[in-house]
Order: sequence, then structure tokens, then C-alpha cells
Amino acid sequence: MTDNDGQRFDRLPATAADREVTGRASRAEVIEWWVDRFGLPDDTFDGFTFWEKGAGKIWIFASDLPSPTDVEGLGMTFLRTRQEHWKPTTNAVQRFGREASRNVIELAPDAARRFLAGEDLEPDWDGDWGYLIVAHELAGGVEPIGVGLYVHDELRSVVPKGRRASLSPPE
Amino acid sequence: MTPLERYESLVDDPDAFRAACDRPLPSVVRVNTIKATVDRVRAALDAEGVAHEPTDWHPDVLRLTDDSPGHNWPHAHGWIHGQEEVSNLPAPILDPQPGDRVWDACAAPGSKTTQLAALMDDRGLLVGNDNNLGRLSALRHNAERLGVTNLVVTNQDARNFSLKPLGEGSDDPTAVDAFDRVLVDAPCSCEGTIRKNPDAFDTWSLDHVHSVAGVQKGILRRAVQATRPGGVVVYSTCTFAPEENEAVLDHVLDAEDCRLVDFEAPLDGVPGVTEWEGEEYDPSVEKALRIYPHHNDTGGFFCAKVEVGG
Repeated sequence: MTDNDGQRFDRLPATAADREVTGRASRAEVIEWWVDRFGLPDDTFDGFTFWEKGAGKIWIFASDLPSPTDVEGLGMTFLRTRQEHWKPTTNAVQRFGREASRNVIELAPDAARRFLAGEDLEPDWDGDWGYLIVAHELAGGVEPIGVGLYVHDELRSVVPKGRRASLSPPE
Repeated sequence: MTPLERYESLVDDPDAFRAACDRPLPSVVRVNTIKATVDRVRAALDAEGVAHEPTDWHPDVLRLTDDSPGHNWPHAHGWIHGQEEVSNLPAPILDPQPGDRVWDACAAPGSKTTQLAALMDDRGLLVGNDNNLGRLSALRHNAERLGVTNLVVTNQDARNFSLKPLGEGSDDPTAVDAFDRVLVDAPCSCEGTIRKNPDAFDTWSLDHVHSVAGVQKGILRRAVQATRPGGVVVYSTCTFAPEENEAVLDHVLDAEDCRLVDFEAPLDGVPGVTEWEGEEYDPSVEKALRIYPHHNDTGGFFCAKVEVGG
């Protein structure tokens, strides 16, 4: 087993049995996590490749390249591993979270605006603790806004500062 | 002489040209079809009381009549992206297809890059390159907000761009040895953005025009070299200077195996100019498109389509 080189993109091993880098998540584990936690269809990530660059930072890429690859970015940042609870990125949840059927909390309009602005909330929720997909109703569908951390009856907004916004209510 | 006076001999209606350059630009957004449809965006804007109207040439481009593009739910979801109307032109002219291998040589901050990704349905390989590391963070931020997953970001000087990080020369089946299509939206003197940036002329000088033209020639030559025979390169700038437009094409036509081709332009414009200040250019530069601000009430723009070798 070798250590992770945080400066380059390495492809995730297909399964835990193929692992050569200590602590690296496998493709199978990453897909299983999204399917188990959020109820996404099994085939959601067919055709995508998964890569690690940085400690536990997993990237999803719609194409393929030889591994390792020395570039600045490869697809989209997708998931944080190498910590006690894996954490999806806001952008991944917005891109793939529409198909989620579990651990999705739907907020009313005012709460949705406060969540986007970075405020913590105390919604009614009797499901799992941990990272949830936070969504609201928009233009005829339920749309994921980002990631919330539900602990001790509180929903913490983990929308990154660069994606927070203050929206005024409709007139 | 201001930069604009310099071009009045080229312009079909100098009074209308001057008047348009003095007007501010309307706020325009592009619908990001990776995440949303035009209908859904319009419904969401309506629900928030944000006035909007379609453009007559591009179904994905909307004018917001009295709002900024950044403070509404569609923006927070990455359904829309603020992008000047005329800047939406080169990507559909390049016409990338899902599965293509595409290089955007001067990509940051990524409006056209993300538009290329949307035209590709976020499939295939899109390389977004920029020589400025600081501007690359804006490119990455925009690409991630819009949900782009087929983008490789590189930080190289496009004039000697290397395909080695993409596996060139290896026997790996996923290695990239050439691109199908390349966009060169070149760094330029930005005269055409005067309606958006009233201080665009503060740093203007003829020396700067000549210096940036040298860079443009180098980038366009490398783009042609990195494209497979039969592939397409689109060259665009937001400037009026023939030194940065037709003269650059003339140079590259002479130096590389390529030719200019006709294209359908959904916006009004006039052909490229074949002579300027005593210089004559290859007659085929007429196939290029010059867009002045009064033609479509947009910024100024230049665009040409190049077919490579073969």
C-alpha cells in the first residue's frame, strides 16, 4: 500500500479489493454510498469516472483519461471522504440530487431562502441525522438547493460562502 | 483620436455606431440546459416577479428587463448564467457535439466554456485552459455552479499548449492526441466591451493592439496544430481592430494548413475587411463576421470559422 499524492488526479480503484493507496475510497463504495444514503437509481453514475486529488476529495468526470493525470481540475468536486462521515458537495447535490428518494428535506419558501443565506434552522424532521439533501419546490418540481447537516434537532446550512445568497421574497 | 473614431471608416452607420456605444447594455442571461429548460427557468423567474423577454435569435438567451442576473432562485440553482448577448455567438458556431473532444484555449472565466459543455450535453471531453491561475478559480466556480462534469481544467500558455497531460503519445485508449473542435476566444483590446466597461479605453494603445495581436497569432496557430484534419477552429474577439482580427487570420492562413469557411450567423453583422491602413489580407477573410454595437444592440464582436487541413 502507498500513500495518497495530493497533487495529482488518481482514478479510484473499482472495488476495495483493487485498492493500492491506503484509505482511498473505491468506485463501488462511492456509488453504494449515494445509492444507500439518498436512494438514487443504481445506474445514476454509469459512464462517469471517479478520481481523488487532495486528501479525500473525490471528483466525478463524465469522460475518461489515463491515470494519473496532472491537471488543475477534472470534472466536478463530488464528495469528501477520509473523515468520519462522508460529505457530498453542494454542486454534486444540485446536479444529481433530483433523483434522490431518501434523506431529502423539503423546506417552505421562507426557510429555503434562509437556508440559502447560510442560516441554521430548526425544522420538523424525524429521519436520519447527518448530511441531508435540502430542497424546495420550484417551477413545478422539487429542486435540491444544497447540503444540510442535521444534528441535535438543528439543520445547519453548509452552503459554501461563495454560493450563499440573500433573495428577497416575491412581491 | 479615440479608438472608436479609428474605425468609423469601416462602419456602415457611424452615427448609429457612436450612439449605441454610449448606451448601457441590457442584462442578459443564458439558460443552462445541463440543469434546466427554458420553460422551467421562465416559470421560476415569473414566480419571483423577475421580468424577462426572449431574444429572437437564440431560445436559450433571455433579456432581464429590470433586474440583475444574480439574485434569484434560478441563479442559485445554476439554471442561468449572466452572459452578454453577443458572447453567446461563438459556441453555436463551433457547434460541438456530445462525445467530441473540444479545447477552449482561453477559457476563464468560463461563460463560453460552460455553454460549450451544455451544447455537448455534458458528454465527451472539454478542456478549459487559461494561462492565468487566478482566473481559473472563476472558471472552476462557474463550471461547478452550472453542474458541468465533462470539463478538464488546465493552466498552460495556449501558444505552446501540450497534450501530454491528456496522455498524448501513450498507448492508453483514453489518451487525447488531437481535438475535434477548438474555440479561440482570444485575449484582446476589448474595444467591443465599451458599453459594459466604460473604462475599456483607459488602457488602450496601439502598442497594446500590436502586442496582443502577436499573442493571438501564436494561440490560433497552436489551435490549428492541435486539431485533427477536418476539425474546426472558431476564432473570436470582442474588438474592432483589424490588426487583432483579419490580420491574425491572414497570418495563420499563411502559416498553417487551414482555410476559412462560411457559417450561418443568427445575428446581423458585416463581412471581414480585406484591407486596412495599407495592409491587404487574404480575400477569404471576408467570410468572417464583424458585429458592431448598433447592429443588434449588443457589444461589439468578431468571429471566424476555420477548417483544418485534410
